[in-house]
Amino acid sequence: MTSTAGSPAQEPEAGIRLEEVGRAFGPTVAVSGVSLTMPLHGHLSIIGPSGCGKSTLLNIISGLDDPDEGTVEVLGATTPDDRLRRCAWMPQRDLLLPWRDVLGNAALALENQGMHRKAARSQVTGLVKRFGLSSFERKLPHQLSGGMRQRVSFLRTLVAGKEVLLLDEPFGALDSITRADLQFWLRSALLEEPRTTVLVTHDVEEALLLGDEVVVMSARPGRVAARYATSFPAGASRRELLRLAEFTELRDELLARLEEAS
Amino acid sequence: MTPAPGTPGLAPPASPDAKKASARKNARAAARRGTPVWRRVLPPVIVLILIAAIWDLVVHLGHVQDYIFPSIENVFRSLFKNWSGILASATWVTFQEMLYGFLISITVAVVLSLAVHSSATLRGAIYPLLIGSQAVPIVVIGPILAIIFGYGISPKLIIVAISCFFPIVVNLVDGLGSVDPDLIKVMRTLDGSRLATLFRVEVPSALPSFFSGLRIAAVYAPIGAVFGEYAGSQNGLGYVLIQATPQLNTDLVFAAVLLLTVMSIILFALLSFLEKVCCPWAGKGRK
Ligand SMILES: Nc1ncnc2c1ncn2[C@@H]1O[C@H](COP(=O)(O)OP(=O)(O)O)[C@@H](O)[C@H]1O
Ligand SMILES: [Mg+2]
Repeated sequence: MTSTAGSPAQEPEAGIRLEEVGRAFGPTVAVSGVSLTMPLHGHLSIIGPSGCGKSTLLNIISGLDDPDEGTVEVLGATTPDDRLRRCAWMPQRDLLLPWRDVLGNAALALENQGMHRKAARSQVTGLVKRFGLSSFERKLPHQLSGGMRQRVSFLRTLVAGKEVLLLDEPFGALDSITRADLQFWLRSALLEEPRTTVLVTHDVEEALLLGDEVVVMSARPGRVAARYATSFPAGASRRELLRLAEFTELRDELLARLEEAS
Repeated sequence: MTPAPGTPGLAPPASPDAKKASARKNARAAARRGTPVWRRVLPPVIVLILIAAIWDLVVHLGHVQDYIFPSIENVFRSLFKNWSGILASATWVTFQEMLYGFLISITVAVVLSLAVHSSATLRGAIYPLLIGSQAVPIVVIGPILAIIFGYGISPKLIIVAISCFFPIVVNLVDGLGSVDPDLIKVMRTLDGSRLATLFRVEVPSALPSFFSGLRIAAVYAPIGAVFGEYAGSQNGLGYVLIQATPQLNTDLVFAAVLLLTVMSIILFALLSFLEKVCCPWAGKGRK
């Protein structure tokens, strides 16, 4: 695909580009022939039936994994190590360090980057406050609810200061009320943070709420089956959004596509 | 002291094993939630008193000779009579052998575990030797060490260290290696170097497992010390045992064994306490 019309050489504003990406684990072909581009600061949601290679794709983008075929480019970076330097990854389970309090967990990336413990903790205090966690600063993870833990986990991902956020079913392990709550919270958090975001989910509403584009993947081997742009009013509340005709139409369309795919 | 309140009354009749396991789990959970100290101390004390009572009953009713099986009173009488003479200094000597041997063992175990954990090559090279070292019967190397190092403390330290280090290494290596692989990946995307991952993630999460190894090792420490003293010594509780047994000084033998037991329990309790202090998060609401 070197002759793609309309994209001259390397545009400096390039976001993420996958070309004919394939990855197999032994006999299992997880993804194959995935081509996908997204702009810098874009918010992309990927939905698909479980096992279709969504996590595999995210791992490949992050640089934790490398494709067997095809090329990956993340803000100009092509090698796994360079991609790792640009991407922060948040898995489904919060995986907080149980011996570190909220501040300590949030400050982990800064400490890894060489900042002293105290300085790192004080640097994240502001963000912890902004995320409504200031009264829990010194609580250990086991003293927090599932929703709060996931918030801390997101905070930890954000603090790393990476240009790209990769979220792998971040709310998949939460009950539906907490999930709805956090989806909306994340929507506003992402609007404030102009970062390139890829969100993987199997929840259609979540994909629509959090992405300005939604990609539907087919069942294994995963391919891009369809792609939709969303544009809903930024200030709208969750309930207003869920009532919007465009929203419900797109949701039904996506659900139909998803059914076809699996 | 039945753990009944925790066992579900409405559940279908479980197999006795499963029931026991769930009762155990409940008891452990209760201990974590901060059962009052007396509730944890009382059961073993009651059991001890029962055993002591049966012991004395058998000895008195059966008119058992003191040199065959002394009564509890005579064991304690012997303990107090010989305390300032031999037992105090013997206990001190054995305690030092146990403690220093244990510390050496921990040091060696930690270094070896980190080596085994951080390199597959080292793992392949060292692990078989570690396992092999446990096949060497201590009874055999004791006298050899005594020939090489004499009757001083060093052969005892080596034997205590050898007896203790295996459970420490195995548990520590297991602990270091059992971190959630996703967490390691998170660390990589959070700019964590291998060293950062080792010290910020792997070492702390291996601590509870490390302490389990230490507690098992603590039980082996006095055995190692006594073996070392058997092989050649001029003091220590093992020395007292080896002198008192052929003299049919059975109450002194029991007194020495009692002291060994007490030291072992103290070491074990100390380690449990240290674990609580070092890993207050352990076992708390893991999901
Ligand atoms: N490390 C791996 N080793 C072997 N098979 C894997 C591995 N990772 C993923 N797979 C397989 O690849 C397929 C896609 O997995 P995944 O990307 O986790 O799907 P999704 O996230 O969409 O549920 C699955 O069939 C899974 O079993
Ligand atoms: Mg997945």
